[in-house]
Amino acid sequence: MPGLAIEIENLTKEYPFGFLHLKKKTSLEGLNMQVETGEVFGFIGPNGAGKSTTIKLLMRVIFPTAGSARILGKPISDVEMHRDIGYLPEQPYFYDYLTAAEVLDYFARFHDLTAADRKERVERMLKKVGLETARKIQLRKFSKGMLQRVGLAQAILHDPKVVILDEPMSGLDPVGRREVRDIILELKRDGKTVMFSTHILSDAEMLCDRVGVIVGGKLRGVGAPGTLVDMKTQGMEILFELRGTSNAPLLSMATRTGDCYRLQVAEEELYAAIEQLRAAGARILSVSQVKATLEEFFMNLVEADRAQASAVEVSEK
Amino acid sequence: MRRVGVVALNTFREAVRDRVLYNLVFFALLMMAAAVAVGQISIGIEQTVIVSLGLTAISVIGLLISVFIGVALVSKEMDKRTLYALLAKPVRRWEFLLGKFAGLVLTLAVNTAAMALGLLLAMIYVKHSLERSDAVVLVAVYFILLKLALIVALALLFSCFTTPLLAILFTVGFYIVGLYVQELRNLPVEVMSPAMTAFTKGLSYLLPNFENFNVMAMAAHGRAVPGALILQDTLYTVVYCTIVLTAAAAVFSRRNLK
Repeated sequence: MPGLAIEIENLTKEYPFGFLHLKKKTSLEGLNMQVETGEVFGFIGPNGAGKSTTIKLLMRVIFPTAGSARILGKPISDVEMHRDIGYLPEQPYFYDYLTAAEVLDYFARFHDLTAADRKERVERMLKKVGLETARKIQLRKFSKGMLQRVGLAQAILHDPKVVILDEPMSGLDPVGRREVRDIILELKRDGKTVMFSTHILSDAEMLCDRVGVIVGGKLRGVGAPGTLVDMKTQGMEILFELRGTSNAPLLSMATRTGDCYRLQVAEEELYAAIEQLRAAGARILSVSQVKATLEEFFMNLVEADRAQASAVEVSEK
Repeated sequence: MRRVGVVALNTFREAVRDRVLYNLVFFALLMMAAAVAVGQISIGIEQTVIVSLGLTAISVIGLLISVFIGVALVSKEMDKRTLYALLAKPVRRWEFLLGKFAGLVLTLAVNTAAMALGLLLAMIYVKHSLERSDAVVLVAVYFILLKLALIVALALLFSCFTTPLLAILFTVGFYIVGLYVQELRNLPVEVMSPAMTAFTKGLSYLLPNFENFNVMAMAAHGRAVPGALILQDTLYTVVYCTIVLTAAAAVFSRRNLK
């Protein structure tokens, strides 16, 4: 059984606001989560859900109100733990007076690497993220996508065991996104643990062994993308053909395209529906299980959260 | 300490690339103009005028750099979020802070040394030679550098817990009050209550004493600065900077970045 790369226990972050900071807004509420060694873990949620807050807490950019976390068995307060961690911040920004090669060399100096090793790694990383031709250009002339690539390069430069990426696909064109996906898969092949946040669900479905869904600062589900959506099977879809007219009641529930109809029914009502349709003279073309996509699962959670928030607002009024 | 050095050298590189050292061009022009003008209008007091002018310019330029760049050292990194990627490396926050301080002090040292060289050249132009007693000008320049280091430490401390604008105001405020510490210490006792006297006296020892660093009059007249004062000012700067930077590190180590 693989060990745990990241362990998060009851992590909570509250931000004081208002006059004298007497009010508090909870960004993250009692997060408990584990990421296993060697897996690609997707942290998904809408904007403001608490994804970046969690990652910033892990990186000690901000400090928790309560709770704790460990990475590779060491508490996050242990600075030596950072030798084995790579981190890409959301919308990364680096010293714009440095060139791409210089900024990578600067970051490499914080790890115990020889000058020759640093030079070799910097060249290799620039090539990997497609910036070898831009190595001597100052970052102030870089586009958002190019900065994202620099950010990715500095995150994996020192060959870390755990790579934490905050919105790695953000700001990238389709080619760039594909390259980032390839890098994540390559890291997985090399046995690294990757945790990345995203709100692009197709990326999560494509890349992740497991995903954690966070909405409104609370973790709403963790599991393989397949198992998460299986829990929410939406019913059975019947595709049928019917020439002419019929007054079968089920037809009013179906979607029509020419002579073809699509009807969705609950699993337990499937056979009764088929009988009715056959009696009405329909020709059944196919019957398939309707599986909720990760997106639908995600949207359900978001809508439930919004409904709950409005209910609280109304009751407070 | 290696990590402190990495941050310090990068801070120096930033200052160079952001053209901070361009002020040297202004200083050179000022010294050239002053040297020519002094030769024509002042008879017998060339050294006094050129040394006073040169040291004042070195001090003012250094003050502007240490206050404005000193405040921006950390606040700019927090504002632009360049700090995020760095804090994920094996580097402690106090190491980063010390590195930034050392980097700006290094920048100021290079800048001040270049200006001191310009001043000496202007003196040679005016007097046609340099004497042994002129070494006091270098002591005065060293004192200016010590003063600037203290100002950078204060600017860093204030920028760790308040906005850049307020940090600038606090730093300048402390500098101005620090110029009058002696007066604060010698306030007339008869017009104040004993409690107030104790308070102002205590405050005068807490505030940075910038008066100690002013040997411009001695330098202008070629009078030697006592060795004890050089040692005292050096130790004072080291101790005061250590205390201020420790406080800055304590604040910064607990600060949530945005």
